[in-house]
Amino acid sequence: MQEKNLSFNNFEQCIKCTICTAYCPVVAVNPLYPGPKQAGPDGERLRLKNKFFFDENLKYCMNCKRCEVACPSGVKIADLIHSARRRFSRNIPDLRDRLLANTDLLGKVARPVAPVVNSIVSSKPVKAVMDVMMDIDKARAFPKYQRKGFVRWFKKEAADNQEAYSKKVVFFHGCSTEFQHPEVGKAFVRVMNAIGFGVKLVDEECCGVAMISNGLWNQARRHAEHNTRVFREVVTGEGLPVVAVSSTCAFTMRDEYPDVLDVDNSDVRDSITLAEKFIFEKVDSGEVRLAFKDDYRARIAYHCPCHNEKLGWGIFTKALVGMIPGVSLTILDSHCCGMAGTYGFKKENYKYSQEIGRPLFEQIRSLSPDFVCCECETCKWQIEMSTGYMVLNPIVILAEALDLEATAVANSVR
Amino acid sequence: MEEFDVIVVGGGITGAGTARDCALRGLKVLLIERDDIATGATGRNHGLLHSGARYAVTDRESAAECISENMILKKVARHCVDDTSGLFITLPEDDLGYQDTFVKACLAAGIKAEVIDPKEAIIMEPSVNPDIIGAVKVPDGGVDPFRLCSANIVDAKLHGAKVALRSEVVGFIMEGDTVKGVKVLDRSTRQVSEYYAQIVVNAAGIWGHHIASLAGVNIGMFPAKGALLIFAHRVNGMVINRCRKPANADILVPGDTVCVIGTTSTRVPYEECDNMVVTPEEVDLLLSEGALLAPCLAHTRILRGYAGVRPLVSADNDPSGRNISRGIVCLDHETRDGIRGFVSITGGKLMTYRLMAEMATDTVCRKLGVDAACETARAPLPGSDGGGLEETAKKIWDFPTMAQKASVGRFGSRAAHLDFEDDKSGVVCECEEVTVAEVDAAVERLDVCDLVDLRRRTRVGMGTCQGELCACRAAGRLAKATGRAAKAREDLKSFMRERWKGMYPIAWGETLREGSYTQWVYSEVLGLNED
Repeated sequence: MQEKNLSFNNFEQCIKCTICTAYCPVVAVNPLYPGPKQAGPDGERLRLKNKFFFDENLKYCMNCKRCEVACPSGVKIADLIHSARRRFSRNIPDLRDRLLANTDLLGKVARPVAPVVNSIVSSKPVKAVMDVMMDIDKARAFPKYQRKGFVRWFKKEAADNQEAYSKKVVFFHGCSTEFQHPEVGKAFVRVMNAIGFGVKLVDEECCGVAMISNGLWNQARRHAEHNTRVFREVVTGEGLPVVAVSSTCAFTMRDEYPDVLDVDNSDVRDSITLAEKFIFEKVDSGEVRLAFKDDYRARIAYHCPCHNEKLGWGIFTKALVGMIPGVSLTILDSHCCGMAGTYGFKKENYKYSQEIGRPLFEQIRSLSPDFVCCECETCKWQIEMSTGYMVLNPIVILAEALDLEATAVANSVR
Repeated sequence: MEEFDVIVVGGGITGAGTARDCALRGLKVLLIERDDIATGATGRNHGLLHSGARYAVTDRESAAECISENMILKKVARHCVDDTSGLFITLPEDDLGYQDTFVKACLAAGIKAEVIDPKEAIIMEPSVNPDIIGAVKVPDGGVDPFRLCSANIVDAKLHGAKVALRSEVVGFIMEGDTVKGVKVLDRSTRQVSEYYAQIVVNAAGIWGHHIASLAGVNIGMFPAKGALLIFAHRVNGMVINRCRKPANADILVPGDTVCVIGTTSTRVPYEECDNMVVTPEEVDLLLSEGALLAPCLAHTRILRGYAGVRPLVSADNDPSGRNISRGIVCLDHETRDGIRGFVSITGGKLMTYRLMAEMATDTVCRKLGVDAACETARAPLPGSDGGGLEETAKKIWDFPTMAQKASVGRFGSRAAHLDFEDDKSGVVCECEEVTVAEVDAAVERLDVCDLVDLRRRTRVGMGTCQGELCACRAAGRLAKATGRAAKAREDLKSFMRERWKGMYPIAWGETLREGSYTQWVYSEVLGLNED
């Protein structure tokens, strides 16, 4: 009689196997967090009965999505948790949460005075004050702001050349490329140009992932609507893909927009991709050829960020970096680094954040690689601070390892 | 040999309510139940707190009783009641003209019925069929029959009543035409004992027919089976009814963490009353009609199916029993049949149990010459003396945990007596958030003998997993409390069989997947193969 009993509320597909809780990095270290099974499908039934059953401890969820990767029944557990927070939380984001969430605004304010800001936030007395006044843990190292952002460099140095390429991609650079790591964006442009693709920037806004984590739902939705609208013009209008270099940006814009923020992106979702996936697929299909330097040598350990595990795209980075002759690549065990964007900055989470990442840090130390490869900037901050090993985005490694001239020739560029 | 003023036969809601009322009026009471509390029709219905609107057009008397009891229960049984309000919807295939008749009849019976714009109704209750052409809001709600029955028993005991569960009346002790007591078989020891009382009240529901026959009295009862389906979560916040003459599967009631669609109505032979099975035809009917109320039912996971038998008293040859009054029948067998010291209270419904108990107790008091007023319309049940869920929980704990909140939902203010210290705060049932504290308290204080009894008092095993994770933990606590591990193991088996019985009629999709997983956990992980 019932043709299908797949509920719209997909938590009903949960058969209580509890694998999600076994895989949750938070529940293992923080006794206050009820775990994904309880916070997600179990809690949802209780919350439907009475919103009094909403538990504010759901804020300890890092949104790493490892529960969803583990779930054999396809339950969107973390989405349930975040949608519950959105509907029921009575916590109003405080100044700290608002500052941490507005990664783009913070960047714009800090940039003109970057050297001052960088030295201030790394000074011990200021850290002590922030610890007490704002609950930002004093042990946390801050990423350095750069005075010259990526977009300014692009307009000055690269924009004029891009029209020459018949094939193009839209580059979603994200906040960290613009404000802290412009070298990632520069590397992206060089590599794309070498393989025959022009780069186009659009009027992007922060993907909004930090706003989602910090409960700024309305602002996050505005960003989602803006980006989706902008993408729609280039994707459906010009048939271009949107390529990101941060796995979390790509993941958020593909999946969190519809699942958590109720923003319909179905017409652009499949065109949002990650640089490593884009390049690998071009190479794999024979459309693009890569020529590497003869003398490049490196021992690299690859950490796949949780959101890239959720996307299932770590395999592209592994394959791409593995193509480089002279590289010895070790895939690190699947472990969350504990940073989870702005989560690890917060005083109440700092201790847990370090405990969660410990097995990863220990493995990196024991391997002692030349550097670590990772697509996520906040994993980078956590790993660099906690291990002392440098972390590079794969696109930076590729730009370094490729013979760009020879690659351009191989792809008949100019 | 112990003598009582009154012996009440039947541990359903009518018997529990009557025992409580008698005890509150100072009588010495013994309640006898052959199985456990709420095992018959009490635990096998919608759990609907009727406003009376359903009966307004066809049965004015029942409607008036319902609305009066509705308002009383919202006060005296707060922790058992969910004040959701309800809708009577008109679909395109229904006669919209009936709505006018319906509203007039409601108002005449004293039921606040308010015609609302269908668009507004869809906003109030998003799960409702969006094609509705009419909607009326009425003060319907939900009531948890297990909780209600248990609270009545607790209060009866607090007022001196004795309760004998698993005790079956096998005969009457008669002196001529006068009932002097009952012969009772203790089902666990197989011993027959005699209990004496001045009055015996037969409150055995459909089994009252049999009890009466033991005293040589015939009550023409009409066993009408009603089947229902439980869905795995609450799809609706308000009760949804069809605005037409009462028919099959036209009420969807939200209850605790689930919602229930029902019912059917079919006459069944007496012999089948002890073993009700939901048929595939009934499942089809409930689903197709249910999806007209809330279309999402067509693809919502079903937890189980169950059926109960209404204790209707026959009036004519109505084949389905739909048209028999749900009115209360209180029979003094002295005037009716010439048998002294014997009263039967039957008919009626869960909703009017308190009034039935009052009528039965009034009859008992009149016969005993006791002059005591009924208190049950004013005196709150144990647990219902506080405010709502949130208020009550915050009165007990500054920062209640999920499990503490859930325990207040089940026990009201009595949750304050639960011991959540140390090892007692562990969760036994994860779906329904039942802790060790609650399980232990039920075993110690609420006459729990096996896992099924425990389920009726705590909701252990009533959630999505249907015992997959909780039944073995609960069996462990039971074994610890009783010191009888082998019995707990047998209990566990029969509990899981009982869960499967309800899942079997709807065993497809996720329910079947979960059932298979459960079977694997119990046979392969816990090594509990059938032997």
